[in-house]
Amino acid sequence: MTYFLRRLITFPLIMLGVSILVFVAIRLIPGDSITAMLGTESGLLTPDQRAALAQYFGIDQNWLVQYGRWIWGVLQGDFGLSITYGKPVLEVIAQRFPLTLELAVLSLAIALIIGMPAGIYAATRQDKLSDLIVRMVAMIGQSTPNFVIGLVVLYILSALFGISPTMGRYIGLREDPIGNLTQLGLPALILGFSFAASVARISRSSMLDVLNEDYVRTARAKGVKRGSVIWKHALRNALIPVVTLSGVEFGYLLGGAVIVEQIFALPGLGRVVLEAIGQRDYAMVQGSILFIALNFLVVNLLVDLLYVALDPRIRLETR
Amino acid sequence: MTFKKASWISGLALAAFGAIAAPVSAETLRFAWAQDATGIDPHKQTAFPSLRLMELVYEPLVRLDADLNIVGAVAESWEFSDDSKTLTFKLNPNAKFSDGTSVTSADVKATFERILDEATGAAARANFASIETIDTPDDTTVVFNLSLADVPLLTALSSANASIVPAAAIADGSLGTTVVGSGPFTLTSWEPNSRASLGVNEFWAGGDVAYDGIEISVLPDESAILASLRSGQTDFALLNDPLIATLVPSVSGVTLNRTPQLAYHVLQLNASHAPFDNLAVRQAISCAIDRQDVLDTAMIGEGTVTGPLTMPAYATDPANLFCYQQDLDKARELMAEAGFQNGFEATVVVATGEPPTAASEAQVIQAQLAEIGIKLDIKMMELSVYVDTWLKGDFDMAVALNGGQPDPFTMYNRYWTKAGNLQHVAGYIDDTLDELMLEGRAESDLAKRREIFAAFEAHLAETSPWVWLYTAYAYSALRDNVTGFVPTPQGSLFSLANVTIN
Repeated sequence: MTYFLRRLITFPLIMLGVSILVFVAIRLIPGDSITAMLGTESGLLTPDQRAALAQYFGIDQNWLVQYGRWIWGVLQGDFGLSITYGKPVLEVIAQRFPLTLELAVLSLAIALIIGMPAGIYAATRQDKLSDLIVRMVAMIGQSTPNFVIGLVVLYILSALFGISPTMGRYIGLREDPIGNLTQLGLPALILGFSFAASVARISRSSMLDVLNEDYVRTARAKGVKRGSVIWKHALRNALIPVVTLSGVEFGYLLGGAVIVEQIFALPGLGRVVLEAIGQRDYAMVQGSILFIALNFLVVNLLVDLLYVALDPRIRLETR
Repeated sequence: MTFKKASWISGLALAAFGAIAAPVSAETLRFAWAQDATGIDPHKQTAFPSLRLMELVYEPLVRLDADLNIVGAVAESWEFSDDSKTLTFKLNPNAKFSDGTSVTSADVKATFERILDEATGAAARANFASIETIDTPDDTTVVFNLSLADVPLLTALSSANASIVPAAAIADGSLGTTVVGSGPFTLTSWEPNSRASLGVNEFWAGGDVAYDGIEISVLPDESAILASLRSGQTDFALLNDPLIATLVPSVSGVTLNRTPQLAYHVLQLNASHAPFDNLAVRQAISCAIDRQDVLDTAMIGEGTVTGPLTMPAYATDPANLFCYQQDLDKARELMAEAGFQNGFEATVVVATGEPPTAASEAQVIQAQLAEIGIKLDIKMMELSVYVDTWLKGDFDMAVALNGGQPDPFTMYNRYWTKAGNLQHVAGYIDDTLDELMLEGRAESDLAKRREIFAAFEAHLAETSPWVWLYTAYAYSALRDNVTGFVPTPQGSLFSLANVTIN
């Protein structure tokens, strides 16, 4: 419990660090909201016009004042107004996050359901043909970029069969669950495929490690059945690297899968951040990066707690 | 047999992905493009998609047809005084905003007072600077009193940036958040970078729209737009990427429109930097470049070689302009005359991805200039960095895609008049250019204007401060069930109001 509390106390400190980093980073990129909006046309502005726009965008003060204003608002739950959406930043995040969360959860599920059994199966049949096939598919899955698979699948569907998933009109889960799942199914499969490939590779190698441990050999020597050794004794310990990997990947996915969201025109968090950077929508970038960082922290905490549940030898308090 | 199998597979795929694919006969036009509008205040937007969206919901006083002739919008008729210093509009008495209130001269006056107010930050304010006072003798008459003879003002008034907005919306400050316009459509919902819905403005004075509205989807990846056209999910799409567009004709049931644009690709030489202050050097560069070759290599030939004037009403045959045929001997002679027989080194700034072909343009130019001894160093820059550098005039050469305007004066006064506010970016001005521009501004007779601007164009090409290369196409793709769309060189979508969906 002390561990848990200590972690919770460090959260605000980390978030403060992230807030400063992202605040400075986005402002170090040359250009501002005005040039982002007007491009070369911004050369036509008179100094008064520019000053009026700067005030409108809240970039008329020095960085310290801007940061102070922003962080003071954040502490009171006000993340500022997005200039591109004309809405509070939190409202935009609340609108976009469910899609990203759903996509991440679906991909995680696909990755674990396909990747783990495949990896364990391959480990138990080391260097046999079936092991080689699993390893090869996993290699392809890991090394082919998501967007290539996405574009190829889109091309095949549309050119050969004249169909494509509904794009550009996002269907909410609550509004139409089936429509929503058919819309997200393909992108989730594509994201889940490479995720599953990583899971398969890591569960294969960690299972192989565990199978060489003393206690497994002891169990075998005692005549415990092969299947039972693998699924009862070895699996729990072999899971730890899988949990670590899945946690990190899931954390990334919660930040949005930009390119896949781009291809399938899904209004997820990744695209919000990308577009906000392009538009120099400072409040939106700052708010969503903070939110993504918080997700990472929470996922990491959950992963740590899972370690203990899986392997009682791990004591969080002593770390 | 094979047919059966294919349909079985496609049935399976359909079931697997449950794609809602069958092209339903809709009364809604399903429209896809890659970029979304960046805001809904018509006076502050400059991005292409924003202007296109604003044109559908707001109306300016006048608008341009497909041949860039001026036709009425909110205004029914207009007249310049003999000295071109007073411009009088008669408004269409039936013009109404989407909330049912009439468009009156008071709305027009309030609109332009807002645009001229520096605190507004209106994008096109510079084009309206000659407006001194606005009189409104009655509800349907507006008189602009100008500080000088300003004929291009009429064309500038056709821009979406000069949309007439309700005086009430200006007063309550709701322009950036709600849309009440007098155009054919109303904006019923807008989710930035995702989708927008347009309904029909039942009060529109221009007639009836033959369908219920437009569903706009933002599909940031253009190959996804192509896929949705193929599967019949999209009726109408705008494309930017020539590589994607050239694939459209192979899709059955979909037609591609190619429309030459006013915007031009250009190699800017900075005449305020040595050695580009030397006329012979600039001319040598112009003679050394094979414009058609740049177009063919960088743009797979998707475009047209152009002189400085890109609007059909004013453009002259580029073949008659100075050195529009590559002439390496002449180029070398000119280099020697300038004292650079051994060439020199220079840098060219290029924005990454803006336009998408910028890098390849620069590379072809680099190879061509190497022929006369100029060693070109290409500096790639992220767009915002490029814009900053460009605005400061801090470059030897720049590969640029500059916006066009239907009137030559509006298009070029910023660069080639002494008072132009981008004069320092162009880095070159001479008395002839300045005089011809001001002469063209005051002349209201079209034939005489053409003569003036033809002389202006010839002089620009000969003094070669820039090397104009070509104009690209804008692409629109429509499924066969959509008829009646007329593309324009400005990329206007206004004729969607006259489209029928079968």
